[in-house]
Amino acid sequence: MISQLLFLLLLSTGIFFFARRIGVIRRNINSGAHWDGSDRTSERWATMARVALGQGKMTTRPVAGFMHILIYAGFVIINIEILEILIDGLFGTHRVFAFLGPVYDFLIASFEWLAAGVILACVVFFVRRNGMAIARLASNDLKGWPSLDANIILVVEVLLMFAFLSMNAADAIAQSRGLEHYVTAGSFPVSSWLMPLYSGLSDAGVVAVERGMWWFHIAGVLAFLVYVPYSKHFHIILAFPNTYYSNLNPSGQMDNMAAVKKEVDLMMDPNADPFAAAPPSDEPPAPFGVKDAPDLTWKQLLEAYTCTECGRCTSECPANHTGKLLSPRKIMMSTRDRIEEIGQQRKANGGKWEPDGKTLLGDWITEEELWACTSCQACVEACPINISPMGIILDMRRSLIMEDSKSPESITSMFNNIENNGAPWAFPAGSRGDWTQEV
Amino acid sequence: MSSFHIPTMAEMTASGQTPDVLFWVGCAGSFDDRAKRITKAIARILHASETSFAVLGQEESCTGDPAKRAGNEFLYQMQAAQNIATLNGYGIKRIITGCPHCFNALKNEYPELGGTYEVLHHTQFIRELIETGKLRMSGDTPFKGRRITFHDPCYLGRSNGEYLAPREVIAKLDAELLEMRRCKQNAMCCGAGGAQMFKEAESGDREVNHARTDQALETQPEVIATGCPFCNTMMTDGVKNAEQESNVVVKDIAELIAEAADLLDAPTP
Repeated sequence: MISQLLFLLLLSTGIFFFARRIGVIRRNINSGAHWDGSDRTSERWATMARVALGQGKMTTRPVAGFMHILIYAGFVIINIEILEILIDGLFGTHRVFAFLGPVYDFLIASFEWLAAGVILACVVFFVRRNGMAIARLASNDLKGWPSLDANIILVVEVLLMFAFLSMNAADAIAQSRGLEHYVTAGSFPVSSWLMPLYSGLSDAGVVAVERGMWWFHIAGVLAFLVYVPYSKHFHIILAFPNTYYSNLNPSGQMDNMAAVKKEVDLMMDPNADPFAAAPPSDEPPAPFGVKDAPDLTWKQLLEAYTCTECGRCTSECPANHTGKLLSPRKIMMSTRDRIEEIGQQRKANGGKWEPDGKTLLGDWITEEELWACTSCQACVEACPINISPMGIILDMRRSLIMEDSKSPESITSMFNNIENNGAPWAFPAGSRGDWTQEV
Repeated sequence: MSSFHIPTMAEMTASGQTPDVLFWVGCAGSFDDRAKRITKAIARILHASETSFAVLGQEESCTGDPAKRAGNEFLYQMQAAQNIATLNGYGIKRIITGCPHCFNALKNEYPELGGTYEVLHHTQFIRELIETGKLRMSGDTPFKGRRITFHDPCYLGRSNGEYLAPREVIAKLDAELLEMRRCKQNAMCCGAGGAQMFKEAESGDREVNHARTDQALETQPEVIATGCPFCNTMMTDGVKNAEQESNVVVKDIAELIAEAADLLDAPTP
């Protein structure tokens, strides 16, 4: 009874902290600007099924992709076992699904093989991160916390899987000794290798290992649940809404700013009164482009929280490839850091955010990074969960130009040429058709 | 080759005619000396295939693509509004462009602003001409068995998913098509997009076009084929930088086809 109460306490604590953190992230994401993703629902579901559920873009990098699918399958399928653990924990039963007989044996055996697969993949990932000079994983973007975060996750996953297998090994020994409460159930193809570790123990020792590993595993899972939304690892959940809200238009299509269209329509309208005063409004006019994180759409903020910092975008980026400062991954990481900071300030300030004199553009992301982008969409194509760092970059250029009139001199000349001659170079518009005389 | 007259929309309309397609030349194709050779090749192909076409001439203006991607949405939308007024004024239905940036703007970004047309990249139109028998390759094309690699323009490929048309057209040359390590959706940019063409590159280890040209040269091509005037400039510069200009030429697919097709048979107007 006491252990059931303890379990209930542990479970509700885990869920409470998880839910609280989700609430914070939700508020932060919703502080972004309006974006409408309510259209094309069947196409959206199909994209989510293909890209997130089906891991459709992962295997473009075969090694990382295959290992990732192993962990993904392990994570999703082994969670069926969590259901049994929850029931056992709350109602004081032991292996409540054992009545399923051969089906149960099959399930436990598959969980064990998957657990072995997860351990293998995590070890490979750990070595790739720490022992091999893989550029996107050894990059400066990940110095400090991001790199530690990745390693914590890998180590914890290995520990959890080891606890799961040890629990099964001790259980199997207890079953073979006919100990009380240990019904004969399950098939243990992988954990049988661990049995020699525990078979020398007394009956009480075997039970202690089984119970200890059981508690360690579920406590670890709940701790992981709380940790994940603070981590880059939150992609395991957000990948689904993020791919659902994927950009379904051609990747090179930029949105036409509605506010600008209104102005241009007015200018082109011969009946419009050029001296008419703007209609009175309490709202300050919305800024053009993106200067700070809340100027981004909620979808772009969702992308920032979804990014798992794999760096496929950066390793495909032509600017980064040739040593420029731009790293699309860093754009996403900076965006998340900034919206997190604003969220914390808002909370400290009773729900209202006062500008703190800092902005995403300028204090996190520099003009040099923005001007290195070729808008080639390689980052968009490379992202396994359809994030667009390029969208944020181009939106920030809009702020630079339309709010601050800041551009490299040559870009200013290009603008002037288009305005005066209808071409980005200083050729007279009248000579545009001259080539036709040369055929 | 005999010369021929390229009508403008204004001329056509004045004589009560309506062409089947508008050839949208673009700024590079109109003003840049190298790109003008591509434009002329496209014009020769259109003429030889007896396509009824016209250009806007002085009435054409920048689509606004480089302004938009550099952040100047106002300038872009002013350009768009002006061009849409011109295009709609002439009742244009079908447009061929020689530039993937114009292609992307006209095809994807103009409709919402009131300009909806069927827009084709020139490689798509050339494929159509070959498929419908309006354009014939000479029996012995000068590119037979030659090693050609194709550099995918970002705004044709990744942007609009068109990887096949340029390759199918190259296939008609009887050449050996070599794919780069990075091709199709994984192709690397030439470095000109997003208004980079009009500014100095930010500081780094090297130029994007030099890196991309190296990838092209790895395939040991005789010809680097392009489908974009800006890519053409960048790759040409890359080949010079690698001191390979005596071994490798950079040419637009339209130029290759104009050299290989039976254009001399075409009747002169």
